[in-house]
Amino acid sequence: MRRRVIFPNKVLPYLLLAPQLAITVVFFFWPAGQAIYYSVLLQDPFGLHTEFVWLENFRIILTDPLYLGSVQVTVIFSTAVAALPMGAALLFAVMADRKIRGTHVYRMLLMWPYAVAPAVAASLWLFIFHPDIGVIGRWLNDVGMHWDYKLSGNQALLLVILAASWKQVSYNFLFFLAGLQAIPRSVIEAASMDAGLGRTFWSIIFPLLSPMTFFLLVVNMVYAFFDTFGVIYALTGGGPAKATETLIYKVYTDGVMNLDLGGSSAQSVILMVVVIGLTALQFRFIERKVHY
Amino acid sequence: MATPKRSESWIPHFVLIMGVVVFAFPIYFALIGSTHDAATIATGRMPLLPGGHMLDNYWQALTSGTGFRVSGSPVRTLLLNSLVMALVIAVGKIAISIISAYAVAFFNFPLRMFFFWMIFVTLMLPVEVRIIPTYKVVTDLGMINTYAGLTVPLIASATATLLFRQVFLTIPDELVEAAKIDGAGALRFFWQIVLPLSRTNIAALFVILFIYGWNQYLWPLLITTSRSMETIVIGIVKMIGTSEAQTDWNLIMATAVLAMLPPVAVVIFMQHWFVKGLIETEK
Repeated sequence: MRRRVIFPNKVLPYLLLAPQLAITVVFFFWPAGQAIYYSVLLQDPFGLHTEFVWLENFRIILTDPLYLGSVQVTVIFSTAVAALPMGAALLFAVMADRKIRGTHVYRMLLMWPYAVAPAVAASLWLFIFHPDIGVIGRWLNDVGMHWDYKLSGNQALLLVILAASWKQVSYNFLFFLAGLQAIPRSVIEAASMDAGLGRTFWSIIFPLLSPMTFFLLVVNMVYAFFDTFGVIYALTGGGPAKATETLIYKVYTDGVMNLDLGGSSAQSVILMVVVIGLTALQFRFIERKVHY
Repeated sequence: MATPKRSESWIPHFVLIMGVVVFAFPIYFALIGSTHDAATIATGRMPLLPGGHMLDNYWQALTSGTGFRVSGSPVRTLLLNSLVMALVIAVGKIAISIISAYAVAFFNFPLRMFFFWMIFVTLMLPVEVRIIPTYKVVTDLGMINTYAGLTVPLIASATATLLFRQVFLTIPDELVEAAKIDGAGALRFFWQIVLPLSRTNIAALFVILFIYGWNQYLWPLLITTSRSMETIVIGIVKMIGTSEAQTDWNLIMATAVLAMLPPVAVVIFMQHWFVKGLIETEK
């Protein structure tokens, strides 16, 4: 869109744009370019010899059982972290949307976990589920469940999913509540005249919420992919035996710990493609919302 | 109006109260844990009611951060670092985004849309996917262990720029025309008209960005190698270390509570702006 009335300055707009563009070029485009550049190079561990290898790094990664394992972990993890908060949030939002007293109190009491850093959330859950000193962890062992997330990969994955989902419910709740409140009362009242509560929900309310649901699905996926590094780092460090190593976590361990520049850059490039896909999906949603 | 059935009136309250309890559960134990001594927690039979070591624990965490089995920086240093990081990121992002949006919306110049798209595309390059090369750039610039290194690379913001541009498009042409006739130049118009008109958007964005900055993890983890530069979120994870049972959990939980307090307070006391910001930044 273009304005009819504008200011005539010739130099000023460039000066106004300069800080943002400088940061964008130095810290976004240049590193992203470097990632692509390194992803087609093979470097020995001492950095003495570099060779151009076309797509060799990608071939190595995509046939590496460890990488494919990490893909599987990421799929399970992100599906759970997308679905759990959405389910819980939808339930709470439907309950809070009824004409009940104290809706705004409930809203406040359910929204603050958004502000807790993922890594701090992890430390809270660790304190509860620690096998020796945690209130629940200890109890599970007392009743004979053999709870130790440092030994069992499944338990570790469950714990990171819980800790990551916990703080994401707030966000989903606020958006579902906003979505529900946008549905005209008369529609719901008319439907509930001749259908039960369950049917009203599944055949009227839920379909009307579907754009919101889709939007939250994408947002939760982005969160699960990129913002949960702190949770995994603090709780399990990707272990035991890589059971909780997601793709982002693997970029970090391969690049920062194992100093495999080519491999980690190739993984970064793959992740960039994933983000571009997710962002495109998100914008398709917004476009549709505009057309409504 | 039909009166609602009796069963309807208590179910929502029941479900919501259960939700609130489950949500508050981890926080409750963190608070309790921060009032006992390390030995009590290490027995694995921590009482479910507060103990008598609250002041000792918080004092020790704030002033030294180091206990019998935990060595860390004083939490007041970590809090200061987090505060600086969150404020610089929030203010910086808003400042550079509002001026670039102003440039794109109120001027016409060669490559205008090209620059706009350049900013837009950064949405697709989150720091997590370019960790290592970005880290290298920051090292080459000598910005490791500095506040500049912690904040500047995170300051570019496509979201904020898009938001402000959206807001500016609603400013009617007549207002611009009138200002020009009154002899106001571009800068004066910005200070006296555009900035006051964007006040509510700035407040909403500030709340969201403050939380974003405070909760950063991966980036400060890479950039801070000196303990005195760590943020509180990093500090707490380093305190946990290998998460042994025999560690100063009382200090760790006191630190966790202190780490949560500022952003949670911001959300609760600036609730209105928070919700507005959350919904606006996703448009």
